[in-house]
Amino acid sequence: MNLTLKIWRQKNNSDKGAFKEYKVEHISKDMSFLEMLDVLNEQLANKGEDPVHFDHDCREGICGMCSLYINGKPHGPEQTTTCQLHMRSFQDGEVVTIEPWRATAFPVLKDLVVNRSAFDRIIQAGGYVSVNTGGVPDANEIPIPKKIADEAFDSATCIGCGACVAACKNASAMLFVSAKVSQLALLPQGQVERKERVERMVSQMDAEGFGACSNTGACEAECPKGISVTNIARMNREYFSAVVTSDNI
Amino acid sequence: MSWVTKTLSSSLGKKLIMSLTGLFLIIFLVGHVTGNLQLFINDDGQAFNIYAKFMTTNPAVKILSYVTYIAIIGHVVYSIITTLANKKARPIGYQTSRASTNSAWTSRNMGVLGTIVLIFLVVHLQGFWYEMHWGNLPVVQYDGEEYKDLYSIVKFAFAEPLLVLLYVVAMVFLGLHLSHGFASAFQTLGLNHKKYTPAIVFLGRVFSVVVPALFASMPIYLYISSLN
Ligand code: HEM
Ligand code: FES
Repeated sequence: MNLTLKIWRQKNNSDKGAFKEYKVEHISKDMSFLEMLDVLNEQLANKGEDPVHFDHDCREGICGMCSLYINGKPHGPEQTTTCQLHMRSFQDGEVVTIEPWRATAFPVLKDLVVNRSAFDRIIQAGGYVSVNTGGVPDANEIPIPKKIADEAFDSATCIGCGACVAACKNASAMLFVSAKVSQLALLPQGQVERKERVERMVSQMDAEGFGACSNTGACEAECPKGISVTNIARMNREYFSAVVTSDNI
Repeated sequence: MSWVTKTLSSSLGKKLIMSLTGLFLIIFLVGHVTGNLQLFINDDGQAFNIYAKFMTTNPAVKILSYVTYIAIIGHVVYSIITTLANKKARPIGYQTSRASTNSAWTSRNMGVLGTIVLIFLVVHLQGFWYEMHWGNLPVVQYDGEEYKDLYSIVKFAFAEPLLVLLYVVAMVFLGLHLSHGFASAFQTLGLNHKKYTPAIVFLGRVFSVVVPALFASMPIYLYISSLN
């Protein structure tokens, strides 16, 4: 298949940037979207032009590194990661618009690459469980009911790609933060830092410049891992109960 | 910053205020629509005027009305603060967006819908609420007691088709605001559970149709009566 690509090109963070059109030909329907971009970049490299920069790593749908706002949707038309999106989801001759995630908290570094370190700083603020060093504890020492383990695992499947932020009209990070808060709040190991965690993570999220939640549900609909907005409700409960009962005055 | 101001200025705290004030206004709407149903009584406005006097003089209702003013102001002020902050979180938009595939239009346009409701509120309050409190209303006597004849003002106002139209259109927008707002407010409070969320969503749908429709039926009814 042949495609016209409208791609956002931006030299660096301070560059204004603009869309540029490219043609790619003889694209196989079985290629992944990133492989299609590889074909384009090979063309550009052969012509001595600067290839299009985009993020990727595992290409297996598990690392959360790939991004791209494709034809008006994060990760494109299917509810999956861009690396797991295949060209069969597109029509021959289609014009495909490719943009970076747009959010104050995710500044564009180059072309389609944005800086998602804000997520890392939110995790650093409280998305962990402190464990004393010493002998390795027995794996199943702490009993966890299957139902709770499953629920925590569902939240833990968040790969932190930022599609929720990209999809949300407010560039809100609530789905990401709430998944991380939920995962640890559900498990016994997470109880010690439970209140402090949600307070710190929410305040870091605000400091990074993400928006509030309007409950549009766009994040859940676009999340490649199907993280549910029930996590956001849980985070709200966790936060409101933490602020009225924690020791932080 | 104390923990209270810190919480209320957080993104979650601001939405908590929007949710609580919104829910309070929803309860207010129930009372308001129920009381106003007395406009349908065929008694030349006696029941309505007696009710209107009670609503402006009873001390308990007075306190409640102050809470309502605060709720409206709080809801509007925080809606501006939140909406501006949300816009700031994405100053550069997308060239192509297919947001309609992942969310409801109403949920993405609460600010627009709310602003239209606000414009209506100003017209509405100026026409009736201001008149009742500070206007020069005609008076009527029931059983030797004097009452302001608010009914005559209402009846006169809704003989004007354009005002009727404004009210009906405004109620459509209120309905759209509530079709998202009702269930959204519970989600903001953290109340999301498979046991009762479907019921909340259903109740929200019914509420956002029935209550605005009842409100809209009043000017329509009074207009039709004015034709005879
Ligand atoms: C009787 C009148 C009104 C009622 C009953 C009402 C009710 C509600 C409710 C229940 C919510 C959901 C809160 C949440 O998501 O947690 C809401 C949201 C909202 N309201 Fe209202 N509202 C009214 C009037 C207004 C007015 C006059 C405005 C403003 C100008 C306004 C602006 C908004 C905005 C912008 C939101 C969404 C906030 C967000 O993005 O999350 N509302 N309203
Ligand atoms: S590259 Fe790892 S999830 Fe797409």
